[in-house]
Amino acid sequence: MEVNQYLEMFIEESKEHLQACSEHLLELEKNPEDLSIVNEIFRSAHTLKGMSATMGFEDLADLTHKMENVLDAIRNEKIQVTPEILDVVFESVDHLEEMVMDIAEGGDGKRDVQATVEQLKRIEAGEEVVKVMEAAKEIAATTVQQESQLIYDDFEKTVLAQSVEQGHFAYEISVTLREDCLLKAARVFMVFEILEKNGDVIKSVPAVDRLEEEQFDQTFHIAFISKEQADDLQKKLMKVSEVEEVLVIPLENNVLKLDKKVETVEEVPQQPQQEVVKAVVEPVATNNKAQSPNNKSGHVSNKMIRVNIERLDILMNLFEELVIDRGRLQSISAEVNHQELNETVERMSRVMGDLQNIVLTMRMVQVETVFNRFPKMVRQLSRDLNKKINLEIIGAETELDRTVIDEIGDPLVHLIRNSLDHGIESPEVRLAKGKPEEGTVQLRAFHSGNYVFIEIEDDGAGINREKVLAKAISKGVVTTETAKTLSDKQINELILASGFSTADVISDISGRGVGLDVVKTTIESLGGNISIDSTEGVGSTFSIQLPLTLSIISVMLVEIEKEIYAIPLSSIIETSIIRHSEILNAHNQKVIDFRGKVVPLVFLDEIFEVPRSESQDDEFYSVVIVRKGEKLAGLVVDSFIGQQEIVLKSLGNYLTNIFAISGATILGNGKVALIVDCNALMK
Amino acid sequence: MTSAVEQEYIKVIVFQLADKEYAIPVSHVQGIEKLMHITRVPKTPPFVKGVINLRGVVTPIIDLRERFNLPIVGEEDAARIIIITLEDMEVGFVVDSANDVLDIAADSIEQQPEVVGSLEEEFISGVAKLDNRLLILLHLDKVLNPLS
Repeated sequence: MEVNQYLEMFIEESKEHLQACSEHLLELEKNPEDLSIVNEIFRSAHTLKGMSATMGFEDLADLTHKMENVLDAIRNEKIQVTPEILDVVFESVDHLEEMVMDIAEGGDGKRDVQATVEQLKRIEAGEEVVKVMEAAKEIAATTVQQESQLIYDDFEKTVLAQSVEQGHFAYEISVTLREDCLLKAARVFMVFEILEKNGDVIKSVPAVDRLEEEQFDQTFHIAFISKEQADDLQKKLMKVSEVEEVLVIPLENNVLKLDKKVETVEEVPQQPQQEVVKAVVEPVATNNKAQSPNNKSGHVSNKMIRVNIERLDILMNLFEELVIDRGRLQSISAEVNHQELNETVERMSRVMGDLQNIVLTMRMVQVETVFNRFPKMVRQLSRDLNKKINLEIIGAETELDRTVIDEIGDPLVHLIRNSLDHGIESPEVRLAKGKPEEGTVQLRAFHSGNYVFIEIEDDGAGINREKVLAKAISKGVVTTETAKTLSDKQINELILASGFSTADVISDISGRGVGLDVVKTTIESLGGNISIDSTEGVGSTFSIQLPLTLSIISVMLVEIEKEIYAIPLSSIIETSIIRHSEILNAHNQKVIDFRGKVVPLVFLDEIFEVPRSESQDDEFYSVVIVRKGEKLAGLVVDSFIGQQEIVLKSLGNYLTNIFAISGATILGNGKVALIVDCNALMK
Repeated sequence: MTSAVEQEYIKVIVFQLADKEYAIPVSHVQGIEKLMHITRVPKTPPFVKGVINLRGVVTPIIDLRERFNLPIVGEEDAARIIIITLEDMEVGFVVDSANDVLDIAADSIEQQPEVVGSLEEEFISGVAKLDNRLLILLHLDKVLNPLS
């Protein structure tokens, strides 16, 4: 049974489901009464359980199952949602995440979760919900063993039970190979191949890897679900050569009944009759029910595949070559003027337009994929720290190149932890200072010019510069002499130096003094930089600036004489056509009155020394109003071409620091257009 | 480049500029392209013609005639762009024509050229005599240097 090819899909989907769990748990915390949210969580947990069981990650499936029991109890209003219960559920989700990470890194997903499991059980029991006792399960397991060749644990039983509910048959198949069989592994493989064409293998004894290594005698056993009849299966399996005997035994009558029997036995001492049976058997039904009316709740499961970024790069470059050839074809077809050729070229151009969009956006990932893990982290930390903290996320839809996304997560975790731990004060201190009890941390992402900014702003204590300086001097980060010359900003940034920690009490959340300098190095290695603004008593803002290399930005294409330039849309406020007579002179600077503001004009043809064939004397000027912070400027161009999504490319290592040019892009016709750096044009 | 000394033969690309023939080791040449649309980049030295789209990579182009202060001629059909890689830089040279690929013996390279005359000596790493041809070997570091 080759599961490796599904492993990545499994990991991706598990992550998605866990993410969905976390999000919904946070939601549930805000609306504890809303049981539809519980349903959502239940569904995610349930799918995860099924998947991990199929993949053979038993610990993962087991813990999910325990968590599911609690959720089921909540769903059936056996348990009231309390923060304590949610804590435990969150903890379980954390464990699950760790397990999935472990699996992703090549581990076996095993993890000691005994404490959490105990807690889950206690919740289940403590609220007088039917308890599944470990002992009872042991009994169940041994009973099963007596009746069949295989031992099933809880989740396997559940999977089997559900399949039967769905109209499949559950079988236990014993395959005996001939004694003189030479290629046992090959026969095993063939058997599994046949089985997998006809249904799903739930379990095998010995385990698959041992089978593959031929570590068994002549017989092996498989738990199997299928829609096929037992006879057919047996005939199919007998076709494998060197197979001595195949026994296909339907399972409904032993394992599944046993399930119910055990549960019923357990239920007797307690009250309601079929709750646990429901928990085991019903999920699929609930699942379906929940799916149909709840589609609007927006849980669309994304199907993902992982692609090496290198391949995307190659794809992109190849595609760009195609674009050049398209340009040639277009001009040829215009010359030849052959109707069918024209039509074909036109159609090809349209298809390529769509293709281009896909190729370009494929590398881009929303920062949301990084940001979405923070709400849970902040929740946990604020509980650990006994602080009240509200995390606001703005601009999660901002797109960043995948390579940057992969790297930016850890630095952000550090910075948020830092803000929570050192920034936001405890509720008492805040109240004493006349601040709202609840602190706010704002996480913002936005494009500006040729950069993506990610900012973390807190309304906490701010940086005590004297303390920072004293500390820096005592730690030998700066000398007393240089300390005197430092600006406020430079002093702020001392906290990013290595070997620095100002927390009076070193906590395990931040303050080991290794975090922030790692943040700085990581960001700089990405070609970005980090700066800190802080007002003592009011709060701090950590601002990360990341270059847009390889990102796709929207630009406005403009023409000056025969040259085409791209102006990033993020800097543009609007475009307008002004009359020559509207231009005013102020201190040797041409300005216009733009909505009551005086806006200086920048003539791009002069700045870029565009060779003019003849001096033009138009009555009207085309002006692009751009912004840098609060400042405005009007860029005068010959004409506007239009808006377009482009890929930002660097000019290479030979041409560096070209004034007011931040990069280049390749246009649809294969020519290069330069991208105007509006920030450089405004001082 | 001067690495020719250790080898017995080096393979070079020979190209024409005005009335002289120049050579660049093949190891530095990535390809030879026909002239294509060059986008001017403002505020650069005059010998930087601009940038081209070389299969999706934006590549700067240097006009070697301008670089060597040779008289400028209009675009000719034979003109080529030789794509050079040096360290992490990738640059195209506009030349009058690309003539040949030759093996030249390392010992036929003389270090101190006196015949070159008007051409600035700093760009030259040596000259090679081949039958009745005189090849000027370029010092790529120097040719690309002043912009850094």
